[in-house]
Amino acid sequence: MEWLNRNKVWVGTAALVLVAAYVFYFINGTIAVSMFSNAWFLAVPLVLGAMVGVIGERSGVVNIGIEGQMLVGAFAAFFAAAATQSIVVGVIAGALSGLAMGAFLAFTTVKGQLDQIIAGVVINIIATGITSFYFESGKTIPRGLPNFDVPLLSKIPLIGPVFFSDGPIALFALVIVFVIHVLLFKTKWGLRTRAVGEYPSAADTAGINVIALRLVNVSLAGILAGVAGTYLSMEATSSFERGMSSGRGFLALAILIFGAWRPMRALAAALFFGFMSATASQLQASDVVNIPQQFINLLPYVLTLVVLAAAAGRVRAPGAVGQPFVKGD
Amino acid sequence: MADPDRPDAPKAPDASTSPDAPASSEAPASSGAPASPAQTPPHDPSTIGPERPVAAPVVAERGAPPPPKGVLGFLVRHQAIVVPIVSVVLAFAIGAILIRAQGYNPTYAYRRLFEYAFLTEGGLLSTFQKTTPLILVGLAVAIPLKVGLFNIGGQGQLMAGGIGAAWVAYALRDLPAPLLVLAAVVVAVLFGAMWASIAALLKTTRGVHEVISTIMLNSIAVGIIDWLINGGPLADPAQPFPSSHAVPEGARLLPLGVIPWGLPVALVLAVLVAWMLRRTTLGFELQTVGRNKFAAGYAGISTTKATLLAMLMSGGLAGLAGAFELLQIAPYRYQGGIAGSLGFDGITIALLARGNPLGTIPAAVLVAAMRAGAPTLQFDLGIRPEIVDLLLAITLLMVSLPVIAKWIFRRHAVKQTQLAGSWGA
Repeated sequence: MEWLNRNKVWVGTAALVLVAAYVFYFINGTIAVSMFSNAWFLAVPLVLGAMVGVIGERSGVVNIGIEGQMLVGAFAAFFAAAATQSIVVGVIAGALSGLAMGAFLAFTTVKGQLDQIIAGVVINIIATGITSFYFESGKTIPRGLPNFDVPLLSKIPLIGPVFFSDGPIALFALVIVFVIHVLLFKTKWGLRTRAVGEYPSAADTAGINVIALRLVNVSLAGILAGVAGTYLSMEATSSFERGMSSGRGFLALAILIFGAWRPMRALAAALFFGFMSATASQLQASDVVNIPQQFINLLPYVLTLVVLAAAAGRVRAPGAVGQPFVKGD
Repeated sequence: MADPDRPDAPKAPDASTSPDAPASSEAPASSGAPASPAQTPPHDPSTIGPERPVAAPVVAERGAPPPPKGVLGFLVRHQAIVVPIVSVVLAFAIGAILIRAQGYNPTYAYRRLFEYAFLTEGGLLSTFQKTTPLILVGLAVAIPLKVGLFNIGGQGQLMAGGIGAAWVAYALRDLPAPLLVLAAVVVAVLFGAMWASIAALLKTTRGVHEVISTIMLNSIAVGIIDWLINGGPLADPAQPFPSSHAVPEGARLLPLGVIPWGLPVALVLAVLVAWMLRRTTLGFELQTVGRNKFAAGYAGISTTKATLLAMLMSGGLAGLAGAFELLQIAPYRYQGGIAGSLGFDGITIALLARGNPLGTIPAAVLVAAMRAGAPTLQFDLGIRPEIVDLLLAITLLMVSLPVIAKWIFRRHAVKQTQLAGSWGA
């Protein structure tokens, strides 16, 4: 009851959106399902990317390199799957390459005290370099990751076909948001992580190993970026193109800020972004308006600027984000 | 770190490239004053007397070790040059391993690359043509760095300038050529500055971090320009690929021998920016804001003004680079790939130059030579030209890792800029 009272704005908004969605569904079921499916389809990599950011920044490390981590994940997953003709190997390679990229960021910034923003930019440029130098055209994978229906849940009208009749990574993204929320706010690890991101010297005094926790968190978060990349090259499509992350890692950062560094709100923000893009595409497809395709494609970027300008001053970043921790400093 | 009370202190890290550096490094020895402590950093005798015992304790930072003598001392004083050189060498060594792993001979590849870029006429022209925009985008990153801003939007600002120049060059095609070139250049500078001003205003009024806003503005520029030249108002329908109309023949800046028109302009601008930062009040204000914006606020320097001016200058320089890309390089049309990866090479160049405007010149020449020589690797050796992207990425990593400076200089290493601190504020 107390929880409901504290979160009445959020619960109210969610209920309103849900009702509106169902009204839409009963007016035109086919279009509603296709639009919401498309919105979730677009939101999945953004959600995963935003979770990478949530974990990193809650621990006090800015990650501008999500974009590059995703790109390397997509690359490694696709070419590992193409080389072995096994999609399982592809998924594992995608996740492990994400771990490697996460560890790279962690060690250069936390251990090497490289400026975190420069480190992120370096990751993005290196990712572009690696994926274009080792790129080979004409490779194929046996098939993309299959869709499947979750028993019972997929029978719910609207929500079922949108969220529970999906590929494995989309389902994983949905679950991981709730898992991270619980871990961050209900466990010892979460409390320590937030302490390290807010006030590392206090955490250090309390006996928490700031450096080690940041290293582990930022490295593990990289796995999620690798999985997001795997989604792009093996679930959303079954091909790899150069630069295929095309700004999603940066949109994820905007979603992270819009979502006030909280997993659930970031999920809502990602769905909002996905829904806006899906709406624009739908309007274009049904000839309601005639906007050039280029403008529809750049809607998320404009939306990001508007949203960030609106969110400024209303949300607060973790206190120590961006600052390297030196024991005894 | 340098002390904000002393106007000459900010120069200390850059002293290695200033013409008076050798003289000033001898100053403590030649003055022979026993009162002058050994740890006085090299300073410019023209602005402040060589012996100021009162100021000396201010300079002596707590815990700052005295500079060592001999070869190591020389290297420590010149680490703004030493660290980039070591980084480039390390990057090329790693690149050699990668080239070897692909089954090619790395020394032969590097030799061919630089022989073509510097020793052939076509290669040298290409190197200089690429140097022009690279110096400018390098400056476009270096100036905001002095204010503590990281402008990743050089790419979008360059594109805005290029499309502005293409628009004017076609719309005013009946003007006499010199006027037309002037108009195109002015509009390119204005367009670039305008595009950068969006990020600057979002920063000063709403506190949106410039890294995110400039990245978004890069993507927005790509989208808008793609529409403009692909069926939009600036498109030339006679072209098979999305393209603007061609610049009129008279207004094309054909190179003089191997020297393109833009090169002297870019060199002069690099010197001007260096002079502005070191010798003018504006430059002092910008650097003070970059070092400590609270101290700057106490001294009556407006952070807002510094942010806006730095971003406007930066956008204008990137826009100018766009104009030269259009006016001095065939096919003299705005086409999709015109900006290439110039914006990101600008970041590499600014960091290689350690944010020093004059340092952007050698850094830009190096990057330009690698870009100019890349096709040779493909034709002569069959190595993919993307190796250059990878080499530049490794160079960027090496030069930005503080570990390298610490490894060479131990406790004498100069600390680098911290950008990430203002995140999300």
